Amino acid sequence: MTFRVHLRVMPRDGLLDPQGQAVEHALTALGFEEAGAVRVGRAIELAVAASSRGEAEAKARQMCDKLLANPVTEDYLLEVEED
Amino acid sequence: MTRVAVVRFPGSNCDFDTLRAAERYGAEAYFVWHRDVDLRGADVVILPGGFSYGDYLRSGAIARFSPVMQAVKQHAAGGGPLLGICNGFQILCEAHLLPGALMRNAGLTFVSKPVDVTVERTDTVFTADYETDSRLRLPVAHGEGRFVAAPDTLRMLESEGRVVLRYVAATERSPFQPNPNGSANHIAGICNAEGNIVGIMPHPERAADRLLGLTGGSGFFTSLMAWHQAPKMGVQSR
Repeated sequence: MTFRVHLRVMPRDGLLDPQGQAVEHALTALGFEEAGAVRVGRAIELAVAASSRGEAEAKARQMCDKLLANPVTEDYLLEVEED
Repeated sequence: MTRVAVVRFPGSNCDFDTLRAAERYGAEAYFVWHRDVDLRGADVVILPGGFSYGDYLRSGAIARFSPVMQAVKQHAAGGGPLLGICNGFQILCEAHLLPGALMRNAGLTFVSKPVDVTVERTDTVFTADYETDSRLRLPVAHGEGRFVAAPDTLRMLESEGRVVLRYVAATERSPFQPNPNGSANHIAGICNAEGNIVGIMPHPERAADRLLGLTGGSGFFTSLMAWHQAPKMGVQSR
């Protein structure tokens, strides 16, 4: 079976996120005074061949820990769905 | 002859500068391609600056898995001197050969200018020719040079004296701003516990020739030559 994995990799809480700050300033400049706490991360999607949803998630976590996220600076969230 | 291997990744762009700087101070320097698995008897390995693999995903994240990195790790595990400059420093962090990570500059812009640093650690293969706390002016050129590490890692680096280079707060005489990227503790370069692996953001290879205007980086190359000519000094750690 093939599963679709949606990854969200975000800068770790508490670390300076200058991209998020710059975007927040731009939103404020555009008049969106209600915007705040902007942070910028990245989304990654991939297909994973696995025999079960649990296996697909375990594989995806290994990929995150080895390559897709940096454990020093980033946290990730993942969602797995059947393709 | 001191054999210096300069590793080229797709996107390395300080490879020639590094090779020429090593040659200028008497090394037999040569390139090793990232697909190579043999360092050809290197005494010293340097990972030069650039944008390996286009800096895709994160700077250094993909270069870490290049075939040559197995040989580089073995070289370093056996105590062999290993220097990462700029992108090379990023690769060393991604490869977990040095702690911490290098993130987007706090000011968001790519910073390319001379900065002032102090040499805090002078018992490494790459800095032995400097006086402790001597001040150098070296160019930096990076978009992702903000050194970050967990608080306990930072404390460890400081308490073990593993900060090799530190950006200096501006003085009245210095026209340059300190800390060009927002690095924790103004850190510009660190080493591993044994002192044989050094990673730095500034570019000594761009400051090792009078023709280029700055010569403060030459000590990195004279240091490694002196080390090899007197191998009994070995690699020291504090």
